[in-house]
Amino acid sequence: MRYLPKSDDERREMLAELGLESLDDLYAHLPEEVLLREPLKLGPGKSEYEITDYFRRLSGRNVAGRPCFLGAGAYCHYRPVLVDVLVGRGEFLTAYTPYQAEISQGTLMTIFEFQTMLCQLTGMEVANASVYDGSTAVPEAVQMARRITRRDRVVVANTVHPEYRQVLETYARHQGLETAVTGYVRDTGMADLEEIERETDERTAAVLIQSPNFFGVVEDVRQAAEIAHAKGALLIVVFTEPVAYGVLEPPRQADIVAGELQSFAIAPSYGGPYAGVIATRQKYIRQLPGRLVGRTKDIEGRGAYCLTLTTREQHIRREKATSNICTNQALVALMATIFMTVYGKRGLRELAEQNLAKAHYLAGKVPQKFFGPFFNEFVAHSAVRKPAEVNARLMERGIVGGLPLGRFYPELEDCLLLCATEMARREDMDAVAEAILGR
Amino acid sequence: MIKKARQHVSQNESLIFERSSPGKRAYQLPPLDVPAVDPKDALGAGNVREEIGGFPEVSEVEVVRHFTRLSTYNYAIDHGMYPLGSCTMKYNPRVNEAVAALEGLRWIHPYQPDESVQGALEVIAALENALCEITGMDAVTLQPAAGAHGELTGMLLVRAALEAEGRPRRVVLVPDSAHGTNPASVAMAGYQVRNIASNEKGMVDLAALEAAVDEDTAALMVTNPNTLGVFEENIVAVARILHAKGALLYMDGANMNALAGISRPGEFGVDVMHLNLHKTFSTPHGGGGPGSGPVAVKKRLEPFLPLPRLVNEEAGWRWDYGRPQSIGRVRAFYGNFGVLVRALAYILAHGGEGLRRATLDAILNAVYVRKKLEPYYELPHKAPTMHECVFSDARQAGRGVRTMDIAKRLIDYGFHPYTVSFPLIVKGAIMIEPTETESKQELDLFIDAMISIAREAEENPELVKGAPHMTRIRRVDEVTAARKPVVRWTREEEK
Repeated sequence: MRYLPKSDDERREMLAELGLESLDDLYAHLPEEVLLREPLKLGPGKSEYEITDYFRRLSGRNVAGRPCFLGAGAYCHYRPVLVDVLVGRGEFLTAYTPYQAEISQGTLMTIFEFQTMLCQLTGMEVANASVYDGSTAVPEAVQMARRITRRDRVVVANTVHPEYRQVLETYARHQGLETAVTGYVRDTGMADLEEIERETDERTAAVLIQSPNFFGVVEDVRQAAEIAHAKGALLIVVFTEPVAYGVLEPPRQADIVAGELQSFAIAPSYGGPYAGVIATRQKYIRQLPGRLVGRTKDIEGRGAYCLTLTTREQHIRREKATSNICTNQALVALMATIFMTVYGKRGLRELAEQNLAKAHYLAGKVPQKFFGPFFNEFVAHSAVRKPAEVNARLMERGIVGGLPLGRFYPELEDCLLLCATEMARREDMDAVAEAILGR
Repeated sequence: MIKKARQHVSQNESLIFERSSPGKRAYQLPPLDVPAVDPKDALGAGNVREEIGGFPEVSEVEVVRHFTRLSTYNYAIDHGMYPLGSCTMKYNPRVNEAVAALEGLRWIHPYQPDESVQGALEVIAALENALCEITGMDAVTLQPAAGAHGELTGMLLVRAALEAEGRPRRVVLVPDSAHGTNPASVAMAGYQVRNIASNEKGMVDLAALEAAVDEDTAALMVTNPNTLGVFEENIVAVARILHAKGALLYMDGANMNALAGISRPGEFGVDVMHLNLHKTFSTPHGGGGPGSGPVAVKKRLEPFLPLPRLVNEEAGWRWDYGRPQSIGRVRAFYGNFGVLVRALAYILAHGGEGLRRATLDAILNAVYVRKKLEPYYELPHKAPTMHECVFSDARQAGRGVRTMDIAKRLIDYGFHPYTVSFPLIVKGAIMIEPTETESKQELDLFIDAMISIAREAEENPELVKGAPHMTRIRRVDEVTAARKPVVRWTREEEK
């Protein structure tokens, strides 16, 4: 086995020091009844060439790297070359969680930069070092709101990503959380704020909306905040497309912002690994789940960074912790940090404006279901051909189409959710429009 | 004498914000092939933001140097031994990175139709099969994003199964040697945690267990080998006691690196368990993630696994959402697919025999370290060691040298510290897990370093208590950091 760095002579030498004769003596103390009855049926160990060949063949069976108009929580954005070059460095790739500050300043500083950039981007005052992904950030944010308000009800707009809502349901079921799901306005595609207002009461811990929402439509965060705050509830704003905040006013009126950073140079990778984040106001910092890096000094007065406020975390608080989260997504969050650094202040704006232009070009060519303002995603009404048929035709031309919405919203079964990023070419968008229009 | 390390120059580097100046750039977008859109027209003037205050503006070469310099401040498995007990810091084979980066595996969208991702689904199916074979369990979900997420999923499965049989019960037993995530996950699944004490061998005490288990007990959550690196020799009896009262046995698979290829939890009574692909199956820790925490179950729990489930039909692999008893989703999409690819590559490289050899070498290394260090450090529990061993600082404490001091001194010797002060049942714990991917030379250097530090603790305790001495920064003030947390850069702060 090529990953085992010992010769048989060395093994014998070590065994001799231990007074043992064979490797099997190492587990002779195990009761007979727990021992493996026959060897594992996993075949012989494979060479590097066989492994690459195996995955190359599987890789070839996927339709990949084609023009893609899918969004819905995972976006096809260009990944700058520097991202893989830098996260591929063994010092980042093969380091552990930075508990030992003296030999982890690299990871700690990049996380501190991540936290800072996320605050700058979202308009919040503190951000954690990342959580698993956007979908799991949602129940964590809701739990946080419950701890702050000491209330047990959450009002959720059904324009929040359906799978995020499903994850929330799974967590909520056994945590005594009551959820009320509200609808959307039929012509704008925006969350129905009147219904949210009716549902929000003195028992409500939080109102949960997403902006841009699952339909790509920008929500009225200001008004949602007023509704929530009028009843003493918090406003949680979810995002799945952070590139939007290059041009879109961030949800400054929110109390908690929870989102997914996949758009920031994290490959779609069939759904993961991604990186989520939770940001909030300074006054709620002690209720924030997940790791946090803080600035401090060493004993000689030099500036340094370390993990901080760890008393919120499970390894100290055990069953009373703010969350059971242990691992975060440090390496993936680093991709996002490098992405934000490469594009920077002007680049992210320019990138966002390109997305806006592309999506509006495509939207201008097909019937739109909603007229609420949108960023790089929108709902197209496909009246002539069924959405699945549109996608099948596009696939013949080597294009991955949009998301048929019927699986999540039965009333939208003749609709497609389309996303056009900076990578969408005009000729491909024309092909999408033709397929929808039945030409 | 310090043999493995010496000081060398490393570049200073400020935060990226301090390198920023207006007009510098590291990007260039292609020309727009469609008409530009005025954001105010498209979004409404009130929805358009001002510039992102404080965001960096730097050049490409500065980006490269910035992150390269920062990277050099880290210790990493690529530098050397990382004996963190319970964390299984083993070598991360680079072919795993190469295959995970194949365009056909990395550039696929989770909502592509099943027929366009058959290769990806095959990866998932192959890994599910391999993990069933390794654990002796009947079915696996790959959806949980990390170990603690797997624990929560597993506990929700326990609850769903018991609910389906009548009532979910109220209590989950957790040994006092458990990882902190265990009680936290139990609480999140809506169960009460009851701690049970270990016996003098550091194992689950059968009498205490028997007394604790009743009709209100949903499960026992046990780590095996436990956090002392000791195999629970009565595990079959433990399972029998639980099953007799209708309770389930949950195994935290964090220490599966001691069992792969020699023993299968599914054959010693475990009903549900999670694995950490970033431990046993060598996917890189990446400075704290991404991980992946698959959950393996016995047939009885299969109907409750998270949605969707992968099924094989004539037309190929397909996601099945029609599972009415499922606990629901625990994560969007299908789990950390990129991590799954790496883990499968690891398993393929080993094969069945290779996994067994890896396990044996992991035990050999731990037993060897234990034998060599026993004359110098207190070994509170004498039961046979599997993949890790736990000493205490009892002999050094008399000179005022504690486990954290010894750990920090190891840094000067060129090693990452071991796990400090865990498990909680050992006062001043020194928890060492070498893993199988350390050569005899590296192990001997580590042993030398530990012995040398034991001597320093006798002869010059202040040297150890002040360590590390050779690092860029010395010990940090964590108390002030927590009292007045500064968790972001601001322009004012720099003044």
